[in-house]
Amino acid sequence: MAQMTMIQAITDAMRVELKRNPNVLVFGEDVGKNGGVFRATDGLQKEFGEQRVFDTPLAESGIGGLAVGLGLQGFRPVAEIQFFGFVFEVFDEIAVQAARMRYRSGGRYSSPLVFRSPFGGGVKTPELHSDSLEGLMMQTPGVKVVIPSNPYDAKGLLISAIRDNDPVIFLEHMKLYRSFRGEVPEGEYTVPLGKANVVQEGKDVTIITYGAMVHTSLRAAQEIEKVRGAKAEVIDLRTIWPIDTDTILESIKRTKRAIIVQEAPRNGGAASEVMAQIMEKGVFYLEAPVLRVTSPETPYPFGQIEDEWLPDPARVVKALNQVLDF
Amino acid sequence: MSTGLIDMTMSDQFSPLQIIAPDGKVKDEKLLPDLSEEQLWELMRRMVFTRVWDQRAISLNRQGRLGFYAPVAGQEASMIGSQFALQKEDFILPSYRDIPQMVWHGLPLYQAFLFSRGHQHGSRYQEGLNVLMPQIIIGAQIVQTTGVAMGFKLRNKKNVAITYIGDGGTSQGDFYEGINFAGAFQVPAIFVVQNNRYAISVPIEQQTKAKTLAQKGFAAGIASVQVDGMDVMAVYKAVAEAADRGRNGEGPTLIESLTYRYGPHTMAGDDPTRYRAAEEGSEWEQKDPLIRFRKFLEAKGIWKQEDEDAVIEEAKQAVADAIKQADESPKMKVTDLIDSVFETPPKHMEEQKADFSGKEGK
Repeated sequence: MAQMTMIQAITDAMRVELKRNPNVLVFGEDVGKNGGVFRATDGLQKEFGEQRVFDTPLAESGIGGLAVGLGLQGFRPVAEIQFFGFVFEVFDEIAVQAARMRYRSGGRYSSPLVFRSPFGGGVKTPELHSDSLEGLMMQTPGVKVVIPSNPYDAKGLLISAIRDNDPVIFLEHMKLYRSFRGEVPEGEYTVPLGKANVVQEGKDVTIITYGAMVHTSLRAAQEIEKVRGAKAEVIDLRTIWPIDTDTILESIKRTKRAIIVQEAPRNGGAASEVMAQIMEKGVFYLEAPVLRVTSPETPYPFGQIEDEWLPDPARVVKALNQVLDF
Repeated sequence: MSTGLIDMTMSDQFSPLQIIAPDGKVKDEKLLPDLSEEQLWELMRRMVFTRVWDQRAISLNRQGRLGFYAPVAGQEASMIGSQFALQKEDFILPSYRDIPQMVWHGLPLYQAFLFSRGHQHGSRYQEGLNVLMPQIIIGAQIVQTTGVAMGFKLRNKKNVAITYIGDGGTSQGDFYEGINFAGAFQVPAIFVVQNNRYAISVPIEQQTKAKTLAQKGFAAGIASVQVDGMDVMAVYKAVAEAADRGRNGEGPTLIESLTYRYGPHTMAGDDPTRYRAAEEGSEWEQKDPLIRFRKFLEAKGIWKQEDEDAVIEEAKQAVADAIKQADESPKMKVTDLIDSVFETPPKHMEEQKADFSGKEGK
C-alpha cells in the first residue's frame, strides 16, 4: 500500500472519481494549471483535460452558482472554495440554493455537489483563512459535513462524498495536509458518511473529537495514561452532520465519562450537539459531567498567538483529569 | 480641470430595438420576425390570457384564496415574447414575477397557484418541464444560469439557459459574477433584464448611474442589446437572435427590456402611489403591449373582437379550473417534508418524524 499525505490522498480520490464517472467535474480558483494553491488538484487538468478540471474567475458565489447549475444538468461538480474563511461569499449558493434544491423541488431536482475547502488553524495563515466554521454548516438543513483526520479516511470519505446525491461540505484541515503520511490503498474504496471511527480503544473515559483535534486528543490520551494509568477511548466523528450517536453512546456506556474536543469556538457547534445528544440518550450512563475543550469565543486569532488560542494536549489532559476525578 | 483623457461618452450608446410602434404601425418591415399568422395569433392569445389571469390572481389574492403574488400587467410582451422564442428543451431560471414564462413553458396553472399558496407540490415539476423554481434571492439565478448553460455546452446540446432579473437585480454582486462567468466560459446563456424602472420603490435613477443596464454586459465582454419591452415583436426578435447565438456557440447575450409594471410590486401591501406619480402609469399605458399588438394584428386581419372575447372566457375558465384543482390537492405532511431534504434521511431525522407521524394519519 502506498504511503501518502492527506493532500495526496485527496488528489487521489478526485482522480479515482474523475476516471470512474465522466460527470465528475473539478473546478475553482487556481485548481487547473496551477493544481490548487495547496496542490490538491495537482496534475488533474493534465490528466483529464480542461473540460473536466478547470479554473474559474475569482468569485466564490460564481463558483457556487456554477456548481448548482451544473448539478441541475446531471453533473457531479467538486468545487473548491480556496479557503473556508471565504465561505460567506458563497453562503447563499450553498446554504440556500444547493442545500434546498431537493426539498424545494419536491425531489425533482438535487444538488449532487461537493464543496471542498481548506480550513483550520496552526499554520500561520493571514487572517480570515483559518476559521472553523463547520457549526454554521451543521445548522444548515440539507448539507452533510465531513472533516477527515487522516489520509485513509480523507480518500474514502471524499469518494463517498462525490458519489452522494446530496451536497457535501468537505473540510480539509490545513495542518493535516502534509504533517504525516499514512497507508492509502490504491484505486477505489469508500469510507461511509455518517460513521464515526474509534481510533483508540479505552475503558476509563471517552474523548469525542474530529479533524486536527483527533491528534491533539491522542497525545492527551497518551499523557493521561502515563500520569495516572487511565485508558482513554478516542472517537473520531469524521462526519459532523449527521453525527454517529450510536458509536458515542456505545462507548460512554462502557467508560461512563466523556469529554468533547473541538477546535471551533465553544458555542453552538459540533461539541454542543454531541453534548445534547448525550444528555438526551446517554445521561444515565454517566458518572461525571461531560466537558468541552474548545477555543474561546473570539474570531480566529492573530497568527502570533494562535498556538495559545487553539486547544492543546495540556488543556485536554486537564479536562480528562476533571472528569476522572469527579 | 478635465483634459479629455477620461471619457465616459462611449459607454452608453444604446437605442432600444423597436419593431412595432405604439400606434401599431411597423417601423421596419425588414425587422419583422419570421412568424406564421397562427404564431402571431398565438402570441396575442397568450398575452390576453395572461392579462386576464393576472387580474383574476389579484382579486383571488384579495379574497385570501391566493398567497404570494407579484402582478405582471405591463410586462406581458417582455415575458411572453421572450418565452415564445424558446424550445422546449431550453431551460428557464425565473425570478418570482416570471410565472407566465413558466406556465407557457409547460407549468400547469394549478401548480403556479399552489406555489403562491406555499405548497411544495407547486414546485414539484413534471419530468420534461425545464424550469427552476422561482428565485427569491435576487441575483442567485444569474450565477446558476451560467452553470446550466455550461451543462448544455459540455453535453454538446444546442440549447440555451435563459434567466430573468429586474433593474434592481443588476446591482447585486451575483449579477456581475454570473454574467462575467458566462462571458469567460462563452456559454449559451441569455440574461433578460426586465427594467420596469422600480426595485419595489427605488427608481432606476437611484439604482445606478449607468444610463442603460445593457451596457453592464459590455463590462463583462458579452453581447448586449436594449429592446422596447412593450413591443412583443422586438422582444421576440432579440431573444430569438440571442438563442441562435447560443445554439451556434457564439456565447451569452444580455437583453435589457424596457418595460413597466402597472400594479404593485407584490400583493403583500405594496402601495405604488407612495413612490410613483399616477401620470407616469398612464404614460406607459399609451405604450401598452396588448393594445399595440392588437392594432398590428387587426390591421392584418389576424385578430378580431370575437377572438378577444373567446380568450377572455378561456382564461377565466382556466383560472377557475386551476383554483379548483389547487383546492383539491392533498395537504402536505411534515413527515413528507422531513423525507424530502435528502435522498435518504439519516437515522436521527427518521426519529424526528415520530413527533408528527401520530398526528398526521394516512
